[in-house]
Amino acid sequence: MSHDDLYQRMADSVITGEAETSAALARQSLELGIAPLESIDNGFVKGIRVVGDRFGAGELFLPELVMSAEAMKAALAILEPELAKSAVARESQGSVLACTVQGDIHDIGKRIVCTMLSANGFTVVDLGVNVKIDRFVEEVKARKPDIVAMSALLTTTAPNQGKVIKLLQRDGIRDQYIVMVGGAPTSLQWSRDIGADGYGENATEAVRVAKELMARKRARPAPQPQAAAPVSAFGDAAGSTVAAVQTTAD
Amino acid sequence: MKTILSSATKTVVIGPDEPFVVIGERINPTNRKKLAEELRRFDFSRVKSDAVAQVEAGARMLDVNAGIPGADEPGMLKGAVLAVMEVTDAPISIDSSTPEALEAALPAYKGKALVNSVTGEDEVLERLLPLIKKYGAAVIGIANDDTGISNDPQVRFRIARKIVERAADHGIPRENVLIDPLCMPIGANHEFGRITFETMRLIRDGLGVNMSVGAGNVGFGLPDRPPLTASFILLGMQAGLTASITNSLDPEIYKMTLAGDLMLGRDPFGKRWNAHFRRGSASKAHARPASPPGPPAASPAPTA
Repeated sequence: MSHDDLYQRMADSVITGEAETSAALARQSLELGIAPLESIDNGFVKGIRVVGDRFGAGELFLPELVMSAEAMKAALAILEPELAKSAVARESQGSVLACTVQGDIHDIGKRIVCTMLSANGFTVVDLGVNVKIDRFVEEVKARKPDIVAMSALLTTTAPNQGKVIKLLQRDGIRDQYIVMVGGAPTSLQWSRDIGADGYGENATEAVRVAKELMARKRARPAPQPQAAAPVSAFGDAAGSTVAAVQTTAD
Repeated sequence: MKTILSSATKTVVIGPDEPFVVIGERINPTNRKKLAEELRRFDFSRVKSDAVAQVEAGARMLDVNAGIPGADEPGMLKGAVLAVMEVTDAPISIDSSTPEALEAALPAYKGKALVNSVTGEDEVLERLLPLIKKYGAAVIGIANDDTGISNDPQVRFRIARKIVERAADHGIPRENVLIDPLCMPIGANHEFGRITFETMRLIRDGLGVNMSVGAGNVGFGLPDRPPLTASFILLGMQAGLTASITNSLDPEIYKMTLAGDLMLGRDPFGKRWNAHFRRGSASKAHARPASPPGPPAASPAPTA
């Protein structure tokens, strides 16, 4: 089997969400002496991108996205330790530190956004839900991501997004980061009000906005001026089903 | 156990031997840009038309939420509650966890309100239960706490029990506490349905309190959501669910609650089921006045 055939099967295993197959193909690639990075970029990542696009277009549904993400995870679990041994670093679209803010335990919308960002080449660290404001700021300082991403699904917890930004400002490090916010009660206007850089109405938009803000950052390596308008866009009706989870009972 | 809610002129009883109570979820600015804009301007015309439409579609109570981050929730919530009271007699579920907003809306409400909601977090319970007691309201307690949402029904049950006990400490009787056993998107984990139904059975058998759930969440990320919401409610009814904050405007969902009542012996002589059918036929006949009056043509004899 040519390497191209193997890469295709890797992509297919992610698209169909067959974690065991993905893991087996990852092991096979190592036995064949293929560099882990080649398998990731030419195989598995191609598959998860297809999944992300189809999910964004409403052709795939949440359980299918979950299955594909599991398959991707199974492959990376085998390849990443090998990758770490080699000197080659995986090229990243940018690093993201994500959380659902303090007081808020909604997980699924944020997980979808993180999956879609990973699928599009971002390196994502997800700190989970109900992340205390102070702790999140400490993690930002320690990990120095390109993008700080915060989800809030309650009107009572959305202000915590603003509190994190205030703390970053207080410590004089706000301009070192791109800050993105999202979640059902938030909006482009809200992101402006609290001084964020970007807002995504759904996961597809979040990826697009993240890419745009990263391009802006790379074009201007100096810290961004505070006055930069938040990036957002509307009109991707197909993606609206991806909007963050909201329960009226909350 | 019966939970009694009321408006100035109407009483709704929630209980295992009562018809299932649909609480209309529509008056909520989350993901509704126009409603949010209007609320900010203290324009309640859409709140009123939403209230009327939901009651006409079968909602016996209405949830009212005016939470927009950074906006004047107390003023908007009070205004929305007053607006709903103007146009319907359906008791209201006041949807806020902000003490200031509840302090504004609860005294303006005429009747016995439902407050939606508290969680099992100590800080939330101590902040809101005194207000609920002060205004003689009932409350929905969500079966999660600061440790998050457990996938273990026993853990959810223990949190529910804690809420009921803490309410009692504040002088709120058990019948005034509804538990929300938590509806999670089944698309994210296929066990989520089973976990919630098991939680419901534990709460029904162990606490005996009424339960309400935001059922629409179950189909998030899946196609064709209304039948999923409807079947979640129906299976829930069998496990002790007695009310749901849900999309009352979807005819399939409301119809399924009526079917459930009939199946579970809560609709003697099928009165409500038949009335709903006749109402539907009447509006269809009204919409198509050209259809000939008189008895329908005889059906063909069934083939043996």
